[in-house]
Amino acid sequence: MLTPVKSRLAALAVASMFSLGAAQAAQITGAGSTWVYPLVAKWSEAYAKETGIQVNYQGIGSGGGIAQIKAGTVAFGASDMPLTPEELAQSDLIQFPTAIAGEDLVYNLPGIKAGELILSGPVVAEIYLGKIKQWNDPAIAKLNPGLKLPDMAITTVHRADGSGTTFTFANYLSKVSPEWKEKIGANTSLAWPVGVGGKGNAGVASYVQRIKGSIGYVEYAYILESKLDYARMYNRDGKLVSPSLKGFQDAASHVDFTKARDFYVILTDQPGPGTWPISGCTWQILSKKAPKATNESVTTFFLWGFDKGQSMAESIAFGPLPPTTVDAIKAYWKTNLGI
Amino acid sequence: MPVKVTAQRSAAAGGSRLSLDVLFRKFTGAIALLVTLSLAGILIALTRESWPALHRFGWHFLISTAWDPVSDNYGALVFIVGTVVSSVIALLLAIPVSFGIALFISEMAPRWLREPVSAAVELLAAIPSIIYGMWGLLVFAPWFGNLEPWINDHLGAIPWLGALFQGPPMGIGMLAAGIVLGVMIIPFIAAIMRDVFLVTPQALKESAYAMGATTWEVARYVILPYTRTAVTGGIFLGLGRALGETMAVTFIIGNANNLSASLLMPGSSIASVIANEFTEATTHLYKSALLALGLILFVITFVVLVLAKLLLLRLDRMEGRRA
Repeated sequence: MLTPVKSRLAALAVASMFSLGAAQAAQITGAGSTWVYPLVAKWSEAYAKETGIQVNYQGIGSGGGIAQIKAGTVAFGASDMPLTPEELAQSDLIQFPTAIAGEDLVYNLPGIKAGELILSGPVVAEIYLGKIKQWNDPAIAKLNPGLKLPDMAITTVHRADGSGTTFTFANYLSKVSPEWKEKIGANTSLAWPVGVGGKGNAGVASYVQRIKGSIGYVEYAYILESKLDYARMYNRDGKLVSPSLKGFQDAASHVDFTKARDFYVILTDQPGPGTWPISGCTWQILSKKAPKATNESVTTFFLWGFDKGQSMAESIAFGPLPPTTVDAIKAYWKTNLGI
Repeated sequence: MPVKVTAQRSAAAGGSRLSLDVLFRKFTGAIALLVTLSLAGILIALTRESWPALHRFGWHFLISTAWDPVSDNYGALVFIVGTVVSSVIALLLAIPVSFGIALFISEMAPRWLREPVSAAVELLAAIPSIIYGMWGLLVFAPWFGNLEPWINDHLGAIPWLGALFQGPPMGIGMLAAGIVLGVMIIPFIAAIMRDVFLVTPQALKESAYAMGATTWEVARYVILPYTRTAVTGGIFLGLGRALGETMAVTFIIGNANNLSASLLMPGSSIASVIANEFTEATTHLYKSALLALGLILFVITFVVLVLAKLLLLRLDRMEGRRA
């Protein structure tokens, strides 16, 4: 038997459940990559202010994001590693890039300041393969004629946690070093032949700052934030470049996305004089099986981000997609989702 | 919770005291059963999820040092060794220190010092493990890194054993992780030892003192034999915690998935590699291999518990024979 007070409470509870349901209608859920998390979080905050639609994104990792979109529990999943067109077709999924980011090598060498050390892809590969062991190795000295390199052992630092940063880095090394491609390959975690692993960008940075003679790779945003000593690189055109948003975007502008099926292009080692060689990007994955309204709410959100979220992206060191890429994405949506 | 509410209501409605007792017994029984069921559930789920990896690699999974997500080739040996070695280092450090702390508190400390020291030890146990990890990485590792050249020169020069102590002075690695783990489990072992040392009958201790025994002799021949079971239990509790510790180890072990002879080199433990790689494990086999590692940790912990029980049984039997 329910007392009047209790039944009123129950009615209230039921009512609040319904109102919760109504609130959920104006909500988009996504999950995946932690790399893109700061960007989606920033965009969704501004988007909610403007439209009242909440985008609820959880940075649970790319693996989790892919699993969730396959299971249909989220409206979009985000991955740092693109799925192959075959894999997409198998699960009725589509994918498109979101924003461009980059990463660079940082080091701890007494007397050598930020931007002074110059490296090239093949030399970095040899260092991470454990074949170049000393900083005064002729191969490094040849790239740095004016620099006095110490007679010091190299300690390589890598990401201990599975990460899109590692995938992009390894993908670049696979392109510039046949030996790397054959022995190590590219994935979010690798069988590293040498070195120590730090957790997250912060872990890598802290190991590099701790260990004299160490070298590590971190996201560009993190270099800016922590003022780390970063290296300059020779890109594919043989030009010496410093990491910059412009350099990341140049990497994307030389890709012909209209030719790449399902945007399956990785932005490392792209041509162009100003192109930064270790550029990467994050993909959003949508399900073709999802209701059209759901997919439309997601594409509307990202279109808003491409259009109005550019300066927000730049403020946290993400390069906005070039207009040609955005056009290609729109066409892709039309063919695959009818939106 | 709902069961309890019903119980109260039925009591209020005039249900007899007996039925309340029955209900209470069923309630506690159900809770106890729930624990067993969840344990079984975890075991079944772990086995099922790790089956693809175990099926693919077979026994090789246990003895292979490969861990290559790119070519989907996995083995657990590096992580098993890392887990066991770091835990053993922790125990080697924690057992004597805990024994000293407990003995000091129970036998030697003046009464006014007993409580503050006890409280400090218990407080150590309340610190979250991530704080130990950060302390290890930011405070202990740099200091230890300065000490490592000395370790290289002196301990590294010992024939045979020396290979264990040679490596670059990075401050992080297997030995550093073991030491931080040791500090983490000291409060657990020390608190249990202190509690049982304190309940050793005063009459026994005083008789020994009366016969001219020193404090050490009382500890060795009276207190330890009397409290052996509980002390062993405390040590295994500490070991259990060390085996499964994740965050602190991840911060300081160096996370290199390679096997190396030296304790100064970076390594990896089962818990740390799962924490590191699970979120971005994209292929089916990769995830399965990580879960298989979890299953192995489960089995290791289980074996440790069984060994502890066997040890205690053996001790009891020896005691019986002596009597």
